[in-house]
Amino acid sequence: MPRKPIIGWLALAAVLIGFPLVFTGAYYEQLAAFVILSAISASAWNLVGGYAGQVSVGHAVFFGAGAYMPLLFYKLWEASPLLGFPAGIAVSVVIAVVIGVPTFRLSGHYFSMATIAVAELIRILVSDWDFLGGAIGLMGPATSRGWWDLVYRSSVPYYYIFLAVLAVLLYITHRMERSRLGYYLRAIRAGERAARSLGVPVSRYKLYALMLSAGFTSLAGSLYAVKFGFVDPGSTLGILVSVQMVVMAALGGAGRLLGPLLGAIILVPLQTTTNTFFGGAGTGLAFILYGGIIMLLSRFEPGGLLELWERYQARREARMAKERALVGAGEDHAA
Amino acid sequence: MILLQVIVGGLLIGAVYALFSSGLTLIWGMMNVINFAHGEFVMLGMYAAFWAFTLAGLGPAAFAPLAAVLLFILGVFVYLALIRHVMRGPMLAQILSTFGLLLLLRYSAFWAFTANFVTLPDDLVGASINLGGILVSAPKLLAGVVAILLTAGMHLLLTRTAIGSQILAVAEDRQAAMLMGIKPDHMQALAWGLSGASAGIAGALIATFFPISPTVGESLTIIAFVTVTLGGFGSVPGAMIAGLLIGLIESLSAFYFGPIFQDVVVYGLFVVILWVRPHGLLGKA
Repeated sequence: MPRKPIIGWLALAAVLIGFPLVFTGAYYEQLAAFVILSAISASAWNLVGGYAGQVSVGHAVFFGAGAYMPLLFYKLWEASPLLGFPAGIAVSVVIAVVIGVPTFRLSGHYFSMATIAVAELIRILVSDWDFLGGAIGLMGPATSRGWWDLVYRSSVPYYYIFLAVLAVLLYITHRMERSRLGYYLRAIRAGERAARSLGVPVSRYKLYALMLSAGFTSLAGSLYAVKFGFVDPGSTLGILVSVQMVVMAALGGAGRLLGPLLGAIILVPLQTTTNTFFGGAGTGLAFILYGGIIMLLSRFEPGGLLELWERYQARREARMAKERALVGAGEDHAA
Repeated sequence: MILLQVIVGGLLIGAVYALFSSGLTLIWGMMNVINFAHGEFVMLGMYAAFWAFTLAGLGPAAFAPLAAVLLFILGVFVYLALIRHVMRGPMLAQILSTFGLLLLLRYSAFWAFTANFVTLPDDLVGASINLGGILVSAPKLLAGVVAILLTAGMHLLLTRTAIGSQILAVAEDRQAAMLMGIKPDHMQALAWGLSGASAGIAGALIATFFPISPTVGESLTIIAFVTVTLGGFGSVPGAMIAGLLIGLIESLSAFYFGPIFQDVVVYGLFVVILWVRPHGLLGKA
């Protein structure tokens, strides 16, 4: 950690803003946009999975709701996909309430089980529902009819839109960390019973975290839909979508502001590479890899890379302090 | 008559659900840990049966116990290598450890066995049997009856034997059990072994009449969650009743609304149970 955090923040912002200016070419631009998009959804997952400690393994349902709504609006009324953004958020928040209200009264396992059941339920229904394009999915506008369609040939405009959304999300998360919500969530994660006995309205605050998380995950889904102009059940509601959010947040550090971004920066290029090398088999390979990473993390380092780094830093500082003390003692002796 | 046939078929498959769900409820009730990879254990039991038949020509009487033994070993191994270390860790580690295992097992199976379905020959157990005008497929009948007996056996093992009492003692109060000279670690490893064995043998039974594929565990894990929740936390008799009920509901909804709705109805039922009766039929509130 730099001594003055503001310098670290400015450096991070400069790197992220400058990246597409330095690394040009369709491949890098698309990759960079995808890193930021993944960071948005993983950071959104982090609100409930990391900060509140309520582990969702079915966040694809919110991503999918956000992805389908804009293109549904286009299909039905030729409306701007932008108008579908709030609709996706509304649907996601409703689903969040349906899952959260009954399960947050119970132990955390029920929430996790309910998320995967509801995500699979919705995926099966959508895959068979012609109104939503069935297994084929929905298409967006092919050519731009105006700025409100958010159709660009290059990935760069999307990159900056995604980056702006990520900045807003991280700012809100940062503010939340120092708000009543943030303290309550940390208390809940540390020990639900203790938090409840201190008067924290546990179920209600877990639900707030889930609703906020669902809304931002949905927004990530909507951004995905306008970027790719096409959604289908597999790529927006499939289990891989949920897995990616989990593994990125957990690898970087769940419940930490920059954990999901770090995880996305490491894993998205890795996955793109395996896909390039192994084609269709790459997806299966990514699953095996993610499964292994998730297991190793939960076994050895549930705090993720950021916690590992902090521990390393703390040890180094302790060692340096000890050396300083030794040197000091030596000088005293000489004197 | 056709309706009666659907009902019998549903109850028979429900008995198999009861069998592997009793394994899940055992470890959940005992350790407050759930296994997201339980359906994958069933899937591995199915492949064990398939390969035992294909490579060694073993019949159901041999490959079902073999699948049980193999999955018992896997269960113990997973406990010792993974679960023991995450049990007291944060919730994140508890949930994600078996979720990671699910991904690893399911997609390694994809890689090893390819996505194609394989099946055991139809006549391995026998053709359909006419029971007073109701046609019942012989492999389903065998699977259902064996599964009921084994689930009942699991219940008796837990309630009537010394080793069962020791398992339940650890579930009740770990500290007190230790003071009585019981080693919780051994009992928990045993419970994971039994849980794996129940999934393995259930998989071998299903394999005699159901196509085998790497993704078959997907719906089975969720079915096990629904069954365990409906039956009540840690209750084997509850899992038995709930399993039969889920099999029945699934079969009736496939009959009335079409096959794709069988999963939809069961998953939807899960949400309804959580709203209406989260502690299940026989669970303690």
